[in-house]
Amino acid sequence: MKKIIKYVIIDILRNKIMLAYTVFLLVISLGIFSLEDNSAKGLLSLLNIILIIVPLVSLLFSAIYVYNSSEFLELLVSQPLKRKVIWLSLFSGLAASMAFAFLIGAGIPILLYEATATGFMMLGTGLLLSVIFVAIAMLAAVMARDKAKGIGVVILLWLYFSIIFDGLVLFVLFQFADYPLEKMMVGVTAFNPIDLSRILILLKMDVSALMGYTGAIFKDFFGTQLGLIISFLVLITWAVIPTWLSLRRFNHKDL
Amino acid sequence: MIIASNVSKQFGKLKALDNVSVTCNKGECIALIGPNGCGKTTLIKSILGMVVSDSGFITFNGKNIKHHWRYRENIGYMPQIGRYPDNMTIGQVLDMMKDIRGKKNVALDEDLINQFGLKEILSKRMRTLSGGTRQKVSAALAFLFNPDVLILDEPTAGLDTVSSEILKEKIIAEKNKGKLVLITSHILSELDDLVTQVIYMQDGKLCFHKSITDLKEDTGEEKLSKAIANVMLSR
Repeated sequence: MKKIIKYVIIDILRNKIMLAYTVFLLVISLGIFSLEDNSAKGLLSLLNIILIIVPLVSLLFSAIYVYNSSEFLELLVSQPLKRKVIWLSLFSGLAASMAFAFLIGAGIPILLYEATATGFMMLGTGLLLSVIFVAIAMLAAVMARDKAKGIGVVILLWLYFSIIFDGLVLFVLFQFADYPLEKMMVGVTAFNPIDLSRILILLKMDVSALMGYTGAIFKDFFGTQLGLIISFLVLITWAVIPTWLSLRRFNHKDL
Repeated sequence: MIIASNVSKQFGKLKALDNVSVTCNKGECIALIGPNGCGKTTLIKSILGMVVSDSGFITFNGKNIKHHWRYRENIGYMPQIGRYPDNMTIGQVLDMMKDIRGKKNVALDEDLINQFGLKEILSKRMRTLSGGTRQKVSAALAFLFNPDVLILDEPTAGLDTVSSEILKEKIIAEKNKGKLVLITSHILSELDDLVTQVIYMQDGKLCFHKSITDLKEDTGEEKLSKAIANVMLSR
């Protein structure tokens, strides 16, 4: 397994996109932190950018990478290797590279300017989001044989998680404004890893006071030790389940 | 050595394999023959586990290949269209395969690498290679680890005369060492001096599996190509 991960990582490192992504994150994070005189405010601006860029790059890069390595996968499958090992190595290689790029690009500036609990929370959720969206992209890539279709699905998924989901939630909230939905909202956030990460980070900041009654309910849940543990377990589930599903599909796939 | 029992595989509406049963033994050199799209490559890919059959099972040395993936250590496979990572060089591909598959105590068989002159172009990237050179890399990889079974899908397609002669010599040499060789080809005249058995497939079904002497006797023809043409027309 180690050998295949090694070849996957070497191949990704040879790809200039990964370097560009790291530099881009680094420039944006350093730029924001040096523009704002209050680094806590900088973190808030950075949050919004990271929650859009990290999932997008993880999804697109991983999906395209899986399609482009179809030759590599074909070559490996005819060799004495377990399919499970091949697929998990590809996942580990991709996830490790994405997480590493985030760690260098956003992690170093965060640790330099804002090494607080909020900063560490942002680092942790950012790393988890990188891994989660690699897993989702690999699931989409293994389900759709056609490259254009697979990448299209991945873009739609990103739109869904970043924009459409929030729209739906707002729509439901306004339609049922007369009913007490605040507690239910805590459960709904579990269905979107991006929202969950955003809430986890926002609640560490003072701005959570601006979120009204729902904010208070969130604080009641996510502010506790147990709530925090559950949230992280949910995030980890978001990485594990797509990986498991894609692995099952890959085990029976005809190459 | 390889036994396939009632293997079926369907791609959408197309029945690529329909209840195929084959037995292949050591020391045989078997030609898989049939019209285009009759399921030859699907059969080969099922044996390699690249295609998962819908029903039936395949055993290799008595073990079901579904649960024992290690059997592929004993197979050298040369695909019809060799596809390799584009931005790796020939040398890197060879090194990677040696790294992944090579065992310390097994001697590597680098005859083909030397004879095809791959040593001189080790630094060429895979995407810049011509179809024939790609075939040479595939062939070299199939023979590299001294496997007991060689599965060659259209081995000489795209190779020049000199190279295909080298490859044929190599196949005969390996066959004489008592290895099992499975070949598909459309150039039947090439198979004449290679094969000992013939498997004929049509529309996913296995039509017959005969030794070459039986086949020539039954059809009354001297050449394999004529004998097969005879069979195809009489169907």
